[in-house]
Amino acid sequence: MRLVVDLTRCQAYAQCVFLAPEMFELHGEEALLYRQEVPDEQLERVRQAAAACPVQAIPVGEAVSARAR
Amino acid sequence: MPGDLREGPIVIVGASLAGLRAAEKLREEGFTGSLTVVGDEPHPPYDRPPLSKQVLLGMSAADTTGLPMRRDPDADWRLGVRATGLDLVGRQVLLADGESLPYDRLLIATGTRARPWPQPEQAALDGVFTLRTREDAGCLAERLAAGPRRVLVIGAGFTGSEIASACRERGIEVTVAERGTAPLVGALGGTLARLAAGLQRAHGVDLRCGVTVTALCGNDGGRFTGADLSDGSHIDADVCVIAMGAVRNVEWLADSGLAAGPHGVACDAGCRAFDMYGIVTDDVFVAGDVSRFPHPLFDYQMLSLEHWGNAVAQAEVAAHNMISSGPPRRPHLAVPVFWSSQFGVNIKSVGVPTYSDQVVIAQGSLSERHLVAVYGYRGRITAAVTVNMAKWLEYYQGLIEAAAPFPPAPGAADGHPLVTEFALPSDVPDPRGLSHGPTVALTGHLPDRRLTVVRPAG
Ligand SMILES: Cc1cc2nc3c(=O)[nH]c(=O)nc-3n(C[C@H](O)[C@H](O)[C@H](O)COP(=O)(O)OP(=O)(O)OC[C@H]3O[C@@H](n4cnc5c(N)ncnc54)[C@H](O)[C@@H]3O)c2cc1C
Ligand code: SF4
Repeated sequence: MRLVVDLTRCQAYAQCVFLAPEMFELHGEEALLYRQEVPDEQLERVRQAAAACPVQAIPVGEAVSARAR
Repeated sequence: MPGDLREGPIVIVGASLAGLRAAEKLREEGFTGSLTVVGDEPHPPYDRPPLSKQVLLGMSAADTTGLPMRRDPDADWRLGVRATGLDLVGRQVLLADGESLPYDRLLIATGTRARPWPQPEQAALDGVFTLRTREDAGCLAERLAAGPRRVLVIGAGFTGSEIASACRERGIEVTVAERGTAPLVGALGGTLARLAAGLQRAHGVDLRCGVTVTALCGNDGGRFTGADLSDGSHIDADVCVIAMGAVRNVEWLADSGLAAGPHGVACDAGCRAFDMYGIVTDDVFVAGDVSRFPHPLFDYQMLSLEHWGNAVAQAEVAAHNMISSGPPRRPHLAVPVFWSSQFGVNIKSVGVPTYSDQVVIAQGSLSERHLVAVYGYRGRITAAVTVNMAKWLEYYQGLIEAAAPFPPAPGAADGHPLVTEFALPSDVPDPRGLSHGPTVALTGHLPDRRLTVVRPAG
């Protein structure tokens, strides 16, 4: 699984940082940095973070697997 | 809705943010026909903003920024293949491998690329980079990790400033050369640009404004060694990053008969492309950085945006309209929003700051570097920029949407008086005098101002 943060929407409430500190970090007061590849042991925390984000700014999903032609 | 709009082949050209989000939305809204996404990069869609942030800071590898699918669009991904032409009458996209893809409806989402350094031999020196793709970011991150003595960044727009910030954070000496008066001046005007200049200097950037780089120099081995500046000085450096803005990927449409040019492909508020006579098509749509569209909040000026959020919002409207007809079609009216993080601050912008004649600091404090600047044009609010005060953005977005009077009433937001009592000129420069692109460009006419420059695409 992977994630992205819609930083257009993010208001730096930092719920995600609190719930999955290995994946999200605040850089300075409100610049959010994040890792996009979610290791298995972080899946549950990332799901919680995505659900808890007050502005629903964390889409998660599988990577695009291009069908071979 | 006529059944056939849910069928009929759809082709999307451009396999990045806008292309992926449009593909997802088509399926979400019930499109059942065949869907092909063509992209000239060999990778599935990936996210670019981290390339100048997480990746250059060494926090993520360049090949880990792939975008998640919110749902699987069940598309045929044709990656590593360039579209070379469009036959509007025969409704076909021509591919570099000789194949042609018939379509019933087409979405153009080919985005932009980095503007190259104008002298190709100098640009080819080892150690000279641009930053747009995963490969660019990977190579640059590797060079930064090797500990160069100094990095020269040419162009102090958002990307150039973020690169300089990453260098300083890694303890690397950096010189920024910008032809304009200050960093970010093309996007934010002179008042906030002075704050940006202060930030860079406080973080140890050797900032040179009002100068142009006249030549990149290399040694006999073809390695970049430094650059000459127009003020007669010379900078010794091991790495050079050209951050001179973006070029729209429209060349493949040159003979198509569409209204495609240096500012992008013109479309209506419903994302339908115009042909070169200004007649709107009904089967060709445009979204993302390559588009140029009218916005009623800005007097129907045609906007060209290089904004992540716009690519998502416009792709969703385009997809909806591609499978709807008549009144259910929606306009793309989202107010432009942009963010950038650099030198420890988070800068966000809503509206179009360059569409302004005056600015006030409404909240916060310049010296503490958290503030809200509000921009006005002829007495109404047209934009706001927050520095480490992102929570206020929405409030000002509401004022922009309501065309609220400028300057805002004292204390309207937080009960405190305006920080600057008087509105200052917003001091938006003529873009001819800048090394960087503004990332939000008005491409029409204002009586008092030159808005954009057209440079030949390199
Ligand atoms: C380093 C960097 C940092 C950024 N930071 C921010 C930020 O902080 N905030 C923000 O709001 N925005 C930021 N952006 C901008 C944001 O990434 C773009 O707005 C977004 O990528 C636009 O998506 P798009 O799909 O319209 O275009 P693009 O991402 O440019 O994708 C277009 C795709 O089409 C492909 N293509 C082009 N021509 C053809 C052809 N003829 N045939 C087939 N394929 C073709 C291209 O190779 C590319 O893969 C940043 C961009 C960069 C490069
Ligand atoms: S929880 Fe949401 S709003 Fe808060 S920092 Fe994370 S992404 Fe941003």
